[in-house]
Amino acid sequence: MNALQFTLGIPLLASMLLGLFGQRTWAKTFNVWTAAAGFAASLWLAWGILQNGVLGGEATQFYVDSFNVYLITLTAFVGATSALFSRPYMARERASGRLSDGRMRLYHSSYQGFLFTLQLALSTNNLGVLWVAMEGATLATVLLVSLYRTPGAIEAAWKYFIICGVGIALALFGTVLLYFAAARVIVDPDQALLWSVLARHSSEFDPVVMAIAFVFLLVGYGTKVGLVPMHTWLPDAHSEGPTPMSAVLSGLLLNVALYAVVRVKIITDGALAMHPVAHNPHLPGYLMMGFGLLSFTVAGLFLHRQQDIKRLYSYSSIEHMGLITFAFGLGGPLATFAALLHMTVHSLTKSAIFITVGHASHIAGTQLMANIRGLIRTQPAVGWGLLIGTAAIAGFPPFGVFVSEFLLLIATMKAQPWLTLPLLMGLAVAFAGLFRHLHPIVYGDAPEGQNPVQANMWPVAVQLMLVLWLGLAIPAFLARWFDQATLLISGEGLL
Amino acid sequence: MLNQLPLYQQAILTLAAMILFSSFALLAQNRVLAMIHVFAWQGLLVALTTTFVAYDSGAHHLYFSAALTVALKVLFIPWLLHRLVRRMGIDREMHEVGHPAMVLMTAAALVIFCYYVAQPIHQLSTSITRNTIAISMAVVVLGLLMLITRNKAVSQVIGFMSLENGLFFAAVAATNGMPMVVELGIAFDVLVAAVIFGVFFFHIRDSIDSLDVAQLNQLAEHDQ
Amino acid sequence: MNEDLNAWLLALVQTGTFVLLAPLFSGWVKRVKCWLQNRRSPSLLQPYRDLWRLFGKETLVSYTASPLFRIAPYIIAGSTLLAAAVVPLLAVNLPTAAIADVIVLAGFFALARFFLALAGMDVGTAFGGMGSSREMTLSALAEPAMLIAVFTLAMVASSTNLSTVINHTLADGMVLRPSFLFALLSLILVAMAETGRIPVDNPATHLELTMIHEAMILEYSGRHLALVEWAAQLKLMIYGVLIANIFFPWGIATHLNGSVLFIAVAAIGIKLLVLGTALALGESMLAKMRLFRVPAFLTLALTLALIGLLSHIILEVN
Repeated sequence: MNALQFTLGIPLLASMLLGLFGQRTWAKTFNVWTAAAGFAASLWLAWGILQNGVLGGEATQFYVDSFNVYLITLTAFVGATSALFSRPYMARERASGRLSDGRMRLYHSSYQGFLFTLQLALSTNNLGVLWVAMEGATLATVLLVSLYRTPGAIEAAWKYFIICGVGIALALFGTVLLYFAAARVIVDPDQALLWSVLARHSSEFDPVVMAIAFVFLLVGYGTKVGLVPMHTWLPDAHSEGPTPMSAVLSGLLLNVALYAVVRVKIITDGALAMHPVAHNPHLPGYLMMGFGLLSFTVAGLFLHRQQDIKRLYSYSSIEHMGLITFAFGLGGPLATFAALLHMTVHSLTKSAIFITVGHASHIAGTQLMANIRGLIRTQPAVGWGLLIGTAAIAGFPPFGVFVSEFLLLIATMKAQPWLTLPLLMGLAVAFAGLFRHLHPIVYGDAPEGQNPVQANMWPVAVQLMLVLWLGLAIPAFLARWFDQATLLISGEGLL
Repeated sequence: MLNQLPLYQQAILTLAAMILFSSFALLAQNRVLAMIHVFAWQGLLVALTTTFVAYDSGAHHLYFSAALTVALKVLFIPWLLHRLVRRMGIDREMHEVGHPAMVLMTAAALVIFCYYVAQPIHQLSTSITRNTIAISMAVVVLGLLMLITRNKAVSQVIGFMSLENGLFFAAVAATNGMPMVVELGIAFDVLVAAVIFGVFFFHIRDSIDSLDVAQLNQLAEHDQ
Repeated sequence: MNEDLNAWLLALVQTGTFVLLAPLFSGWVKRVKCWLQNRRSPSLLQPYRDLWRLFGKETLVSYTASPLFRIAPYIIAGSTLLAAAVVPLLAVNLPTAAIADVIVLAGFFALARFFLALAGMDVGTAFGGMGSSREMTLSALAEPAMLIAVFTLAMVASSTNLSTVINHTLADGMVLRPSFLFALLSLILVAMAETGRIPVDNPATHLELTMIHEAMILEYSGRHLALVEWAAQLKLMIYGVLIANIFFPWGIATHLNGSVLFIAVAAIGIKLLVLGTALALGESMLAKMRLFRVPAFLTLALTLALIGLLSHIILEVN
């Protein structure tokens, strides 16, 4: 329990301290160190899970098992690398006068607060607390999206607030319905929201109520995942906020929201499976597949129309989250394993890309792709980083994304063969969209007076190498965790 | 049969109907201050329902929830909105509803739709409160309708808060209240959300010089 | 046979009481209004004196009037009288209860209103036409609200017969029904619109452009005017008795017995007293709405009725 307390307590404490001292020059370094300390605590937690299997018992308030342990570590890791990137970025913003003291305090305090809410959402056993943490994550980042106070930023933040607020409210209704179904079976009312208890008794819940609850929860949390048609906040929020925010929003928040959906899906599957005649036991799966495929296709098409580089990559996020949702919806061990792997590698790659994009827009002085040119000539590290990162996210072998997409395609061919075609076409369309914009950015003629900037590409390199490693050879402990999670989610192990 | 229920359970049903009516009233309001007052009344009705359910079911933590609702939804948030509205000088503005008769008819249709959706749940429970699940769903949906049909930021926020009222009512009516930890968390979130909304209004106003959110449309996908 | 005769007698007496007490009710409302406005009120019997005076006066009929103009007051008074005959004032389960259907009642009112509107237009004056068109517009908006509220009541008691509805409510005892609450509110608003009280129409106005009901009867004089005014007072009392006896029926006589009837008289007297006071209070507190705002008012009545109906279906049916 100690490791968990540190993992949660460090960001919380840091958030409060930075709320007071966030404008000092040492605050940025402090931010990095606390994020690193959080990462260390999460590694300690992972080590504990490796030894003991599961943290938390049947009816505890916190529950860390093989599904969320690597997500917790991933969150802390990406939080740390983004904090590392955020340090010089914020220094520059401060120096140029774009951000005042108060906003620096707000930024740093919300950054750590956001990490805290994500870790809380991942490690809690209580579905109600999960909801509170998700809403908290939204609230922590709303004012950050509008940090620059331009009309575009205000609009993006308002859309984000309203759409995600409504989504979360629907998710709360779904949680209430879930609690309603559970409270009729589980005697102790305080235990009726604990996931571990719910998963054990899921076959006793009424299928109709569970189905309705799942729909609300899917639409609700799905808004935060960025599923089409609830995605309209995502490109705006990711492009208007400061780049470190885009990195953590894309890399982490979407994952945690999808994690919440999958946890609920496990319970709903259990409830529906008991009544296969009256109720379609595949309802959650079909819904997720539908939303996933829709998001994937629409985002892939929208990629071609983009003009802002951060919007381009946020549509790529929507596309990948659609793919992961589709994979979880497809069910079965192969697709589930692929989805878990994809969650991990997408998070690593996307945050690395956003960091690189932050440097790229700094070099070119703008976010519009039409005005960013010749990155490889000006600063090869950034240019190559962007090129490799995009190649990784587009699904080039031997990166991890290729492996997970390949596994997903095989699973689709086995379960729903006719869906392989839209998947392949969508992947091709997305690939074309990304590279069509990327090519002139990295290879074009560099305009006059474009100079390299001081850019720490180490976080990017480390993350991309991790993705490469995961594509070539998944370490045994991670594969085991994925397998246990696959067993939990789909009922069968893969390995 | 209705006449066989004890009096306070009948009162719960009546209060549920009155909460639904307050949602309709919110949809029809033109004036900002009147909207805030109707919202406060809705919060009070929800708190009263919570108190009755607490008495009926013996779940004593609900008394605390009711007190929290009164403090937050009846006193603090309306006061905050009132103060904001006065500071921004829009308390005399008319936040008109486009096609009010159409909106009210749509609202009635949505209530019927919610009843249809809640039918299977309705048939499950044996307690009196099962009927109120349809009403609470309707209140949520009507809050959503208010969000959609309004153009001004303050009206949208009140619609959003009314949606949360419906959610809280659902939790109280259907399940005799969620565990205290969750309720406290939800209340805290609502509080922070209200404060952030307040801060937001000023940002919006400073940025586009009005609170008409229909003017926040720069980031839409244009053909360029 | 004897009991039948008694019942018929009581029905006649009931109708007579209605007709005789209607001006008294109007007088009471006026008295309370004057009290609230710190004015000296006329005597409670003043409406009777006014009617007596009018009956004695000569009726002047315009040369442009058709025979309809002369017949209309009798038809209006007659249908309102029939409506009064069916509404249970003192007792339910009377022989007239067989036709005491709310739809029949709405029909009687509609008949009266139709002829009133025609009479208003008959002479060809501008104000008469204006009053008629306004009256028809308002009743077109008020009818749906009234019917929905009435259907809610009918669904609760599974019958549209007034007598059955009141019996059902009496049998249930003290029950708090949301559907009744909303139907009551809706019917109060509709009653205010139909009887031409503030906030819809000012019964004491002398400004023709603000009139609705008075504009239609501007051309009447003498006994015609007396009949039409009496019909208006009777309509107000009918609405009052309806609201009082359907929603708060305690005290009404269910069988024919001396003491029970006495209690019934006392009960209806108290209820009408309270209702009259409430009406006067409302009239003093509210201002007359401009005509184009009245549809919003009636939409409110419709919404309330609708919620009442929905509450019944959603909350009360098992």
